Amino acid sequence: MTATTMPTTTDNQLTAGQLPRFSAIAMLVVVVAVVAGVMALFGTPAIGAVVIVSVLVFLAAMYALSWAVEGSRRAADRTAGHVVTGFFVLALLPLVSLVFSTVAKGLERFDVQFFTYSMRNVIGEGGGAIHAIWGTIIVTGLATLISVPIGLFTAIYLVEYAGSNKLAAAIRLFVDVMTGIPSIVAGLFAYTVFSLILGPGTNSGLSGAIALTVLMIPTVVRSAEEMLRLVPNELREASYALGVPKWLTIAKVVLPTALAGLVTGVVLAIARVMGETAPLLVTAGITASMNINPFADPMATLPVFVYYQYMTPGVPQDPFYARAWAGALVLILIVMGLNAIGRFIAWKFAPKTGR
Amino acid sequence: MSKRIELKDLNIFYGKFHAVKSVNMTIEPRAVTAFIGSSGCGKSTVLRSINRMHEVIDGAYVEGQVLLDGVDLYDKAVDPVRVRRHIGMVFQRPNPFPTMSIRENILAGVRLNNSRISKSDADELVETSLQGANLWNEVKDRLDKPGSGLSGGQQQRLCIARAIAVSPDVLLMDEPCSALDPISTLAVEDLIQELKENYTVVIVTHNMQQAARVSDSTAFFNLKAHGQPGELIEYGPTEKIFHNPEQKATEDYITGRFG
Ligand SMILES: Nc1ncnc2c1ncn2[C@@H]1O[C@H](COP(=O)(O)OP(=O)(O)OP(=O)(O)O)[C@@H](O)[C@H]1O
Ligand SMILES: [Mg+2]
Repeated sequence: MTATTMPTTTDNQLTAGQLPRFSAIAMLVVVVAVVAGVMALFGTPAIGAVVIVSVLVFLAAMYALSWAVEGSRRAADRTAGHVVTGFFVLALLPLVSLVFSTVAKGLERFDVQFFTYSMRNVIGEGGGAIHAIWGTIIVTGLATLISVPIGLFTAIYLVEYAGSNKLAAAIRLFVDVMTGIPSIVAGLFAYTVFSLILGPGTNSGLSGAIALTVLMIPTVVRSAEEMLRLVPNELREASYALGVPKWLTIAKVVLPTALAGLVTGVVLAIARVMGETAPLLVTAGITASMNINPFADPMATLPVFVYYQYMTPGVPQDPFYARAWAGALVLILIVMGLNAIGRFIAWKFAPKTGR
Repeated sequence: MSKRIELKDLNIFYGKFHAVKSVNMTIEPRAVTAFIGSSGCGKSTVLRSINRMHEVIDGAYVEGQVLLDGVDLYDKAVDPVRVRRHIGMVFQRPNPFPTMSIRENILAGVRLNNSRISKSDADELVETSLQGANLWNEVKDRLDKPGSGLSGGQQQRLCIARAIAVSPDVLLMDEPCSALDPISTLAVEDLIQELKENYTVVIVTHNMQQAARVSDSTAFFNLKAHGQPGELIEYGPTEKIFHNPEQKATEDYITGRFG
């Protein structure tokens, strides 16, 4: 007796028609085939033209089909989804092609010799980038050592102590201006400072680190400031109410709570300056041999190494190009490794939830 | 050690906004004092000015005096950090430290101040504090799990345990039961009765029965109109405020809620 009184699903107002799951993919295949076929009638079509026309036809056809079967709201939802997916693919293309070509061309010299030899006395084949790898580690390491404390303490001052006073406004303005400094200008600044002190024409790892510091500080300040602001005021008040002084509250409650975000920000800042070429070109310079003393003599770094290998190849050129690609690959791997470490630390220290 | 608190001609401001106007009252030691009144009339504000938490807010300040056993807490020579070690607080919304486990939350008052405590003392402190807040049985098997993984009511009791772990002289509680079920509420009320043996307890509540049940004295705050500062309308023994109030406004408020 219940069966007769229950509404049947077909006239139920809560359900609507649904397209099968694979309909979008099926439609895409059909549209591409049809568009390519039709365009082939007028001569061999350019791939780009086929792609563009196919996408437009696909969007229209899918909207119409979904509108007819599922209603206008679902149709709009599908179209929005397809557009977003399309832009995602578009954004991914350059990245994928870049990684692909770097790996493909970089693997040729990605060998033991590359990580054990410098370019000392190398004219043609062979040689390696160990001096540049160490240079990059030393220069960015020094830059990190200098800029992280400065950036972090600036952010702490801005968020925890300054409130909305004039000094804070001035610092924020300066940080914004520093963010916009072209990297070559930072390099020239460091070069000038060291020339004034030590005489003209001096290259050293330290001057490179100073140039990178100028670029790094604003990024660190900005990201740290954002992260500290995310810490709820209630936690600070909870700590104050236990009779904890302000500096201990910052050190033991605010910073640990924000730690994950702070680490991520620092790692991103390191990754960003690690690939800088122009400022290091004028400051750290280039050398063929290993130099681990940042206070004197030029120091090779990976970006500058890649630049010189590619721009001033000898004869034959191929070993130089191969070393350039291998250097680029190593640089990408280091940056990716840093990101992985940063993510791991962020995950490890993220405020715990769950039981 | 419990201490007497006197508020003398206390005016409280948020920047230009005059939030509470000339409060005069004496809060007795070894007793529970309840603050009641409509939302926004300044109960939390008065409470926070008693342990100098009010000035933590940008632009907020206080005029007048708060005396703790005769010492003016707003005297220039007084260190607000020391004041807060003597006057503990439980907030309207539970706020356990998310980076700490349940155990570390209880020990926060000790550890954050860089004090050393032996493991056995720490264990004992954790157990007595959690038992005091009626939370021990629920969490004793997972003391090392994060405090933010507890339910809202459990978090509130965790915060109460955290506040009593530093054994203050005075305990200020801002609607400690607003997120609790009736059983936990009763447990917290029992706890308040116990605390009153040793502490001066001030509790803000919107629950009239609760005020009637737990408090010895009741203070009724009210607003003349919106945008006006809140005022202390009537203050006296709970018995009298609830059964024989002098002011019409008090009677209206209480009967409005009761009847
Ligand atoms: N941080 C603040 N900045 C500015 N004004 C505030 C702030 N906190 C509270 N106020 C104002 O002060 C007045 C009193 O607020 P208070 O929080 O003390 O009310 P309350 O009596 O505790 O209310 P409730 O019962 O809803 O908790 C209100 O008008 C409120 O808008
Ligand atoms: Mg309140």
